[in-house]
Amino acid sequence: MIYIVEALLWILVAALGLACAVRGRILFNEGLREGAMDFLRLLPKVMIGVIGSGYIAAIMPPEIIGRWLGPDSGFFGVLIAVIGGALTPGGPVVGFSISAAALKSGAASPQVIAYMTAWALFAVQRFVLWELPTMPRGLTWTRLIASLPLPFIVAGGAMLLGRP
Amino acid sequence: MTLETPPPAPTAPPPPPIIKRRKRKPFDWSTAAILTMMSAAAAVVYFRDGSEKFFEILYHDLRLFADVLLKVAAGCLLGAFLARLMPRELVARWIGAESGFVGLLVATVLGAILPGGPVTIYPVASALLVMGADVGATVAFLTSWTLMGYTRALVWEIPFFGPEFVGWRILLSTPTPLIAGLLARHIIRNLRPHWEQKP
Repeated sequence: MIYIVEALLWILVAALGLACAVRGRILFNEGLREGAMDFLRLLPKVMIGVIGSGYIAAIMPPEIIGRWLGPDSGFFGVLIAVIGGALTPGGPVVGFSISAAALKSGAASPQVIAYMTAWALFAVQRFVLWELPTMPRGLTWTRLIASLPLPFIVAGGAMLLGRP
Repeated sequence: MTLETPPPAPTAPPPPPIIKRRKRKPFDWSTAAILTMMSAAAAVVYFRDGSEKFFEILYHDLRLFADVLLKVAAGCLLGAFLARLMPRELVARWIGAESGFVGLLVATVLGAILPGGPVTIYPVASALLVMGADVGATVAFLTSWTLMGYTRALVWEIPFFGPEFVGWRILLSTPTPLIAGLLARHIIRNLRPHWEQKP
């Protein structure tokens, strides 16, 4: 399953690369170089995130997480998860590794999903480092306000469905 | 030197640079903070649970890292190529100011299928805005990319959670870009006088 997905990803890369190459070699070379540079820049972060996440998971106290974000924590648990998610530093791996650890330590799915959603939408570091410098201010704040209810909606949906 | 870039767009006005690249250092304060946190956790494991547990976790995570590497490379290349192939006139037509609910839907689909990290997505969103995409559509686009982007799910989420959990999470997130887009339009309608300086 995971290999099919990976193959698909690379077929897509090849197709887009070809489309670029057809339009011009310079375009293709630029794309290739930029992609490679992004990869190299990301590498240390990915390494730290992936390798460190196991240790974070190992030291998370399961009783506390179970109590605060467990199946009986209800709306309050979701609220805590949302605040925690917004305060978690950005970067691609940290939020996922903490969520995975929380799930293993007894947190319930809706609360974990609320955490992941809030982290994806509001992570302080991504907001400050990426969004504020690249986007117009008005749009950024509008997005932030318009996104506030989303983690609660998603968590509520998960509670109603009883999935995952 | 021949004029091969950017893609031919005879009727469109001179397109703004899609990728306004900023320098991104491989190491910054947030990475340092995370590294400190991780090292502290590793130290706790080593001294509390012993070296056997420490190395067991290390081996497991190294394998995970090896699994993830290829996908990260693919994601980076996808973002770089796609950002160069974006059909600009189409974007303006489909998610412009008059695009209504359909515009939100299109922006949602676009955000979900466009690969790339924040390196690509914010500059692309910014360019969409300049090219005439409306605020609601841009917010829907960003929300969709954030919560439903498939490269992120493939590269990062599935190794940690497995396909079932991720599938449900994405399914539950499906309406969120539309909600955020509608809310954003509502907010902008009331704040429009205070916010007129688009870039």
